[in-house]
Amino acid sequence: MTTPTRRFHVGIALDGAGFHPAAWREADADPAALFSAGYFVDLVQRAEAGGLDFVLVEDAFGVQDGGADRVRGRLDALEILARVAPVTTTIGLIPTVTTTHTEPFHVATKLATLDFVSAGRAGWHVAVSTSSADAALFGRKLAAPVDELLAEADEFIDVVRRLWDSWEDGAEIRDRPTGRFIDRDKLHYVDFEGKNFNVRGPSITPRSPQGQPLVVVDVETVGDAASISIAAERADIALVSASTVDAAAALRRELLDAARGHGRPDGDLAVLVDVDVLLRSTDADAASTRARLDGRAQRAASARLSYTGAAAGLADILDEWVSAGAADGFVLRPAVLPTDLAHIVDGLVPDLIRRGSLTAPSPGTTLRDHFGLARPASRYAVS
Amino acid sequence: MPTLKQIHLAAHFPGVNNTTVWSDPESGSQIDFASFVHLARTAERGKFDFFFLAEGLRLREHRGQIFDLDVVGRPDSLTVLAALAAVTDRLGLAATLNTTFNEPYELARQFATLDHLSDGRAAWNAVTSPDAFTGENFRRGGFLPYGDRYDRAAEFIRTAGELWDTWADGAIVADKESGVFASPEAIGRFEHRGPQFSIEGTFGVPRSPQGHPVKIQAGDSDEGRELGAQYADVIFSRHSGLQDGQAYFADVKRRLEKYGRQRDDLKIIPATTVVIGDTEAEAREKVEHIRLGQVSPQGAIAFLEQVWGRDLSAYDPDGPLPDVEPSIEGADSITRGRVRHEKDPMAVVTKWRQIAKAKNLTIRQLIIEVTTRTAFVGTPTQVAERMNDYVQGDAADGYILVPHITPHGLDDFVDQVVPLLQERGVFRSEYEGTTLRDHLGLPMPASAPTGQPSPHLIRTSA
Repeated sequence: MTTPTRRFHVGIALDGAGFHPAAWREADADPAALFSAGYFVDLVQRAEAGGLDFVLVEDAFGVQDGGADRVRGRLDALEILARVAPVTTTIGLIPTVTTTHTEPFHVATKLATLDFVSAGRAGWHVAVSTSSADAALFGRKLAAPVDELLAEADEFIDVVRRLWDSWEDGAEIRDRPTGRFIDRDKLHYVDFEGKNFNVRGPSITPRSPQGQPLVVVDVETVGDAASISIAAERADIALVSASTVDAAAALRRELLDAARGHGRPDGDLAVLVDVDVLLRSTDADAASTRARLDGRAQRAASARLSYTGAAAGLADILDEWVSAGAADGFVLRPAVLPTDLAHIVDGLVPDLIRRGSLTAPSPGTTLRDHFGLARPASRYAVS
Repeated sequence: MPTLKQIHLAAHFPGVNNTTVWSDPESGSQIDFASFVHLARTAERGKFDFFFLAEGLRLREHRGQIFDLDVVGRPDSLTVLAALAAVTDRLGLAATLNTTFNEPYELARQFATLDHLSDGRAAWNAVTSPDAFTGENFRRGGFLPYGDRYDRAAEFIRTAGELWDTWADGAIVADKESGVFASPEAIGRFEHRGPQFSIEGTFGVPRSPQGHPVKIQAGDSDEGRELGAQYADVIFSRHSGLQDGQAYFADVKRRLEKYGRQRDDLKIIPATTVVIGDTEAEAREKVEHIRLGQVSPQGAIAFLEQVWGRDLSAYDPDGPLPDVEPSIEGADSITRGRVRHEKDPMAVVTKWRQIAKAKNLTIRQLIIEVTTRTAFVGTPTQVAERMNDYVQGDAADGYILVPHITPHGLDDFVDQVVPLLQERGVFRSEYEGTTLRDHLGLPMPASAPTGQPSPHLIRTSA
């Protein structure tokens, strides 16, 4: 394994006009462009130029709740990032893709293809669909309790990872004398039989540049046993929600212990903390923006760390959380786009780089490289 | 003099089958994104209507093992097309997606997304696949009886259309002052109750630039032709010759009237191959070379085994046809994951033996002889003239070109034939519109202002 050259990782999450429901009404917001490629290309290019590790694009099948004053509608996150891939070079591209009403075979192929079109920058943020409204969009099964959905997600990740390995590296041989295009001994049936589905395999897609794109699993709180177990066994990144440094540190310890329990070496699982951010040049500016936004629309309650203020104050908090063993990095959830992104890349990131907390990733490297993870051999390869 | 018909051209990324000659030293990767970029940019340089990707959801097997003699391995189509939207500007982007192993809500959302991300260049080739073999990769397995595949396809296509029609054009007002993002009455709910799908809710994507992505169909059976006549904007046929093309063309166009559609509302675009030489003789020599690349010695035996339904690996591909008789049961199961065109193996064997005897052909020579595809072969002028004659003679509205070589297989056609078609005034010199509907001259589907599904079509001025 290569040694990480940086103290921690910072990525940004994107959804609509930003995570505050009134974000689209801000002066800099461009709500008419939310469904255009240019909107996302611009944001991701700015995030890349600013030295962020990755962008995570949220997704869900159903239309957002709310009335006429809320952003409604969303494009498919994986396609957005495929559209962005050819016009970026360095930044990791992590779409949210759900496991409840989707096919593991299609999802494995799509993510492998995102890895091909981005030359090894794909990740996968795993999510489940809990609502009956989502179930009715498909009409195939009823809404189920979260623990059942997580059990299905667990199997889903397992089979997707097997499909990613189902072509060994070097399976394509183009051997003219024998007329063989592939060495079929290097292609493998996955023959997965689970509670929720059976998948025969192999994948239709050869092994992708990273072999295994990074898998991101949400862990909401301490004691969230099902999520902790999935993340500890199968994820490369656990994305946690915690509002205090002590809670985050406890959760990280629990995750790393559980990962060791699965025989995983330290450094194999990164624990990133979700942070709601509203950044302005001064604390006063940020506070008045916050007041204006909250006056227009109420945010949903959350257990996440939330920061409203100038960038320097946030840099202090992030450093403190990392020093306290509470995080290996952060996913910033900007209240308002593109304004908060601008403050992140022009204020926060340069500050973190000056402090030596962050090193901007190098062009041409894979997302695994950013996280210091080697490219794994296929589980089916005979060494 | 009547106005000349305009030719429509599309580029087929070389397939996972033996059309593609992987053994040629010029042959590049079938999976690296750079190959897709090159072919798509070549097609756009040639002002083609669209770029086309086929589908395969299970690797083919032959005699119980993964078939290893042809190109194997492909990416997910929609993901590649979304990426290609970044490196092309006008080219239509067509993906083949199955109506059996997908669900209408998810598929409609994915195509609506591609249409937004490409500013109106998305197309969907709807195919049916009932087989249990492919089903082993999916949650429901091979759940669909063979006879129901078109019922599901037709209901799937209708349902997708209902979803695409739920958002009114201009539903998003995004008025920061008043705080209205979208008026709720402009976002209609859908409710579909049918034998195949029972779904309801609110569609998650605003109306896309083309309203509906362009719909492509490839059915050849009577049912398939009917489905195409009813729903398709483009039909992708196998009838690329003059007479068979004319018969197919007339038959399908005749079916349009009963669905209230006009003759030009559906474009018929057969798949074909083109081989160009400085002289006709040189082009024919190239064809010989390509055929040898497409039918390797091992490939010839495998091809024979598909018809004979038994292991023929002991036979010499450069020797005579086997004198053993075919196995009828074996012919049904020896190859899986491939469309079978031979319905009666005994009849095929009898015919092949006659051909081999009459022309004194070895196994490999026979396979080359019987699998030769109708193609445009000759000098650039000959190819341009014949292609134009076929289109003006109503054998087709244009062609999907299937190159032999990845990714440079259409370079010569674009450099040498397209200018001749342009000189003759039968092919565009510049894109006139921005969307794929514009390129194909198709009307926009109307959405009802209330957000209620509407079946009506409005015509844009020509």
